[in-house]
Amino acid sequence: MARMAKLIDVTKCIGCQSCVEACQKTNGQPAHEARGFDDQTFTYLLDRGSDTYVRRMCMHCEDPACASVCPVKALTKTAEGNVVYDPTKCMGCRYCVMACAFGVPAYEWHSATPRVRKCEGCQGRPGGPACAEACPTGATLYGEREALLAEARKRITAEPGTYFNGIFGDDEVGGTDVIFIAGKDPAALGLPVVPGKRALPDYTWQALKHIPDVVLLGGVLLGGMFWLTKRKEDVARAEGSHPGGDHERR
Amino acid sequence: MNVGSLGKLRLSFWTVFGGLLALSLLPIAYVRFSGGLGAVTNLSNAFPWGMWIGFDVLCGVGLAAGGFALTATVHLFHLEEFKPIVRPTVLTAFLGYLLVIFALLFDLGKPWNVWHPIIMWNPHSVMFEVGWCVMLYTTVLSLEFAPIVFERFKLNSLLRSVRAVTPVLVVLGVILSTLHQSSLGSLFLILPHKVHPLWYSPLLPVFFFLSALAAGLGMVVVESWFSRRVFGKAIETHLLARLSRVSVVILALYLALRIRDLAVRHVFGALWPLTPMALIFLVEVGLGVALPAVLLAWTRFRESPRRLAVAQGLVVLGFIFHRMNVSITAVEAATGQHYLPSVAEFATSMGIVALGMWLFVLACRFLPVFPAGPVGFAAVTAEPVANTVRAVVGGEAVRTL
Repeated sequence: MARMAKLIDVTKCIGCQSCVEACQKTNGQPAHEARGFDDQTFTYLLDRGSDTYVRRMCMHCEDPACASVCPVKALTKTAEGNVVYDPTKCMGCRYCVMACAFGVPAYEWHSATPRVRKCEGCQGRPGGPACAEACPTGATLYGEREALLAEARKRITAEPGTYFNGIFGDDEVGGTDVIFIAGKDPAALGLPVVPGKRALPDYTWQALKHIPDVVLLGGVLLGGMFWLTKRKEDVARAEGSHPGGDHERR
Repeated sequence: MNVGSLGKLRLSFWTVFGGLLALSLLPIAYVRFSGGLGAVTNLSNAFPWGMWIGFDVLCGVGLAAGGFALTATVHLFHLEEFKPIVRPTVLTAFLGYLLVIFALLFDLGKPWNVWHPIIMWNPHSVMFEVGWCVMLYTTVLSLEFAPIVFERFKLNSLLRSVRAVTPVLVVLGVILSTLHQSSLGSLFLILPHKVHPLWYSPLLPVFFFLSALAAGLGMVVVESWFSRRVFGKAIETHLLARLSRVSVVILALYLALRIRDLAVRHVFGALWPLTPMALIFLVEVGLGVALPAVLLAWTRFRESPRRLAVAQGLVVLGFIFHRMNVSITAVEAATGQHYLPSVAEFATSMGIVALGMWLFVLACRFLPVFPAGPVGFAAVTAEPVANTVRAVVGGEAVRTL
């Protein structure tokens, strides 16, 4: 299956909240004002003044930090690109909440059987994500990632006066499946400042990849130390028993 | 006797205080498991890991590192003279890991799923690796602890079979410990954006391993001191002094790497002007690493059990400060979030420490942890202060029943 994505064109958003309403309805949440990510809110609009609304949702990273840190694979990336969650596997360590560079996953802090809550891209919903379907202006488009990237580049080239020259999500933290184009740079939009282009799981892998060596070399070295120092002892004992006639019990 | 009753009074105060702390775990557990983590902690989506991870887990595991270091010394390097302090160290380590697991059951949202990593694998997750190592190493520790129980109940055939596999257990223990002690540092590698640059480093796993080794040895001394105060047990100053020379080398290596790391990452500038974070860093590395390294390098400091305990106590405190800094202070500084543990979080952590001390005392009373056998209850009446004086004067020779 082709990798799917969402293109958010901030210049086209009129702040009507249709995506927010559709999201809450689809995910069975009571209708409420969305101000930030929490266990009942998977998307919201960031009001940046002068009719600029920046939509926030899970970025569905190409190499998601949340899925890489999950010790039980409760979070996984599907073939079409959604990062989805299986609450039956989760043990509640909250490493995903910690690791996400975009501050997306939210935890059910007041539940005795808590879950991690986040946008799952309406996985399995016919017609794709409800938010894109509900958008009246085409500010959120759903389609194949490559096609949307091409469309984004086309828009920036066609109207360099309207758009900031850059696509947020093209290669941030290794690329995301939600991409932004806008009139201003990402920092001015209030989007999270991410560490760079390198996928976050790679930072961890640089350490984890040494594990087989530690086991292999450590095992040989320690076993060797045991054998060498034991031999020294054996030799000392054997030599000691010769001249002195040290008749000890064997 | 006046001094003796004073000492007894102080001991019973701590016993009562510790007992109350441990008992407070019950109501906290009730509220936590009926109302969720939010009902007792100050954790939030912006600050999902708090004191229970930073102190109970990160410090608990590190402080138990003496176990693998001493078993390796005696069983792999055949330095048999260290044997008298192996058992109390293994006991400390075993209790440490049991308490870490106990604390984890508080902290995990769904602790009944704690076994899931056994069948649901994600080798790319540091947490997965730590989970497996802790599981396996706790098993190893239980087998290293088993001879103490087998000996007590004269289960000689079991004792022989465990002794036969001891070298294998010890090798496994060292490998597993190296892996997960360092991996606790690797947990934070994926958070370059969430940890203050004075603490975030690609060398975090190395730092965590070295500092755990230093703190583990420090705990051997602190625990010997504790045993002397509680049981009036003689202290093996000559062994602890030799161990402390090893501490000096480890601390020096750790200090050199911490400083070199700042240079390599070009963050020396973060130390001046003296911001609160710079000050915290200097206190951590200065008082928790450099100062005890210098003190322990000094013969006069190693010859007195009291001074040894002070210097190694600094190592342990510096280690705890480092773990709290990486997991809480540096995260606060980098994310601009504020987190102060709730009273219940504090009480839980302290209650678990109290529980650990109580179990340690109990084990020493009934099991042959020390070379002379179970301490029993006779020692309770010993006068700790008087003993201190005599032990200092008479070195290791003093032994009271």
